[in-house]
Amino acid sequence: MTRPFRHTHLLGIEGLEASDVAQILDAAEVFYEVSRRPVRKVPTLRGKSVINLFFEASTRTRTSFELAGKRLSADVVNISTSTSSVTKGETLLDTVQTLQAMHPDVVVIRHSASGAPHYVSERVGCSIVNAGDGAHEHPTQALLDAFTIRRAKGTLSKLVVTICGDVAHSRVARSNAILLRLFGTEVRVVGPRTLMPSEVESLGVKVFDRLEPALEGADVVMVLRIQRERLEGALLPSMREYSRTFGISPRTLGYAKPDAIIMHPGPMNRGVEIAPEVADHARSAILDQVEAGVAVRMAVLYLLAGEAGAGPGTQG
Amino acid sequence: MQPGETVMDAESIARTVRRLAHEIVEHAGGTERLALVGVRRGGVPIAERLARAIEEAEKQVVPVGSVEIALYRDDAATALPDPKIGPSRIDFDVTGREVVLVDDVMQTGRTIRAAIDCLLDYGRPRRVWLAVLLDRGGRELPIAPDFVGRVVQVPGGARLEVKLDDVGFERAICVRSATT
Repeated sequence: MTRPFRHTHLLGIEGLEASDVAQILDAAEVFYEVSRRPVRKVPTLRGKSVINLFFEASTRTRTSFELAGKRLSADVVNISTSTSSVTKGETLLDTVQTLQAMHPDVVVIRHSASGAPHYVSERVGCSIVNAGDGAHEHPTQALLDAFTIRRAKGTLSKLVVTICGDVAHSRVARSNAILLRLFGTEVRVVGPRTLMPSEVESLGVKVFDRLEPALEGADVVMVLRIQRERLEGALLPSMREYSRTFGISPRTLGYAKPDAIIMHPGPMNRGVEIAPEVADHARSAILDQVEAGVAVRMAVLYLLAGEAGAGPGTQG
Repeated sequence: MQPGETVMDAESIARTVRRLAHEIVEHAGGTERLALVGVRRGGVPIAERLARAIEEAEKQVVPVGSVEIALYRDDAATALPDPKIGPSRIDFDVTGREVVLVDDVMQTGRTIRAAIDCLLDYGRPRRVWLAVLLDRGGRELPIAPDFVGRVVQVPGGARLEVKLDDVGFERAICVRSATT
């Protein structure tokens, strides 16, 4: 890291520069090492408070943020809508302002409405981290994906990354496309037309409607989750047909580069968007992504919860 | 010592490192369980130089690691984000070892307190020693080095800098104003 982090919140990848992303990823390298020690905890954020406010069900993201905060010695509180006053009719702003009165340093928000974290960030005094808002952004997922790619490939530049599946409903795809384009990487998206947003080219990506040419020469194959319950019958004829046309199998993986890595934000539908042999492949980076998630979220909390403008190190 | 003044030149540093290496081996009762851990960043090249001196004298390789103390600073909440942070690297098991923490300059003792905290997160050494090239006094915590290169008096507000390069101690140590 070469300078203090210049942002108060992390609301999306949009608005970040490549140098901001590099700063977060460099910090995450430090915390990646911390997470592999016998004692996976440092006292860095002792006395700081982090509230995880999840209006949508999420096990892995919430757990990852919780572990990140605890490994930095922050006090971490988890609130989910099923146990909060939201079920009693309280508004989002009332909920957050009530929490604000308890003086947290960071509030991590997941909400089904796009823009909810932005709305809150303009009305409270603490740092807000977007942990996923509607189909808009999921910045820490994109950052952990970038961290995983950088560790596997040594760079984020001049690669070919193919994102497969339900791009229309995916905040992960959107955040990843914005981030990877910052580094000049070629981003391809492929999936059924019904699952492709109409303005997708505006993200600077190349759009494909067939899997094989989209995978040709790819360094990274990023598979998105198909939400069976939401899509079958409405936007897809059947899961079986989707799997045959757009599922990543050992055969279709053969179109990518021999050293291509396979990624998936989880949870996976084995046998639908990804074949079990691919999910468990030697080049699968799916569990690496999970490990990277804690390190990246530690880095984000570290950079946001510290006071900006560090002085010179004291001699001691 | 006045700003700009040289405290130790390359030759005296090399001589001091050889002496410290002998003292360390003697007090640790040999090299069998010995390990050196440099405090990032100034202590790391000193630890590596000490390890080479021990190897030359004893024909034994001593493992060398490093600890990053920024995450353990007692002023972390107000000093973050630290622009100089890097990863700790200890590739050997510290449990049961005679570990020598190594730093270039010692003043308040707060860095060493943080370094001890960090080291103990890697295991339980049999004993932890402390070696510093320069002790400039001004302790704020009850921490004292076991092996000292030289004790120097430095005016308040001035810094001691150990200027090293990748291949050795080609540059001398100077006292200079904190503002320069």
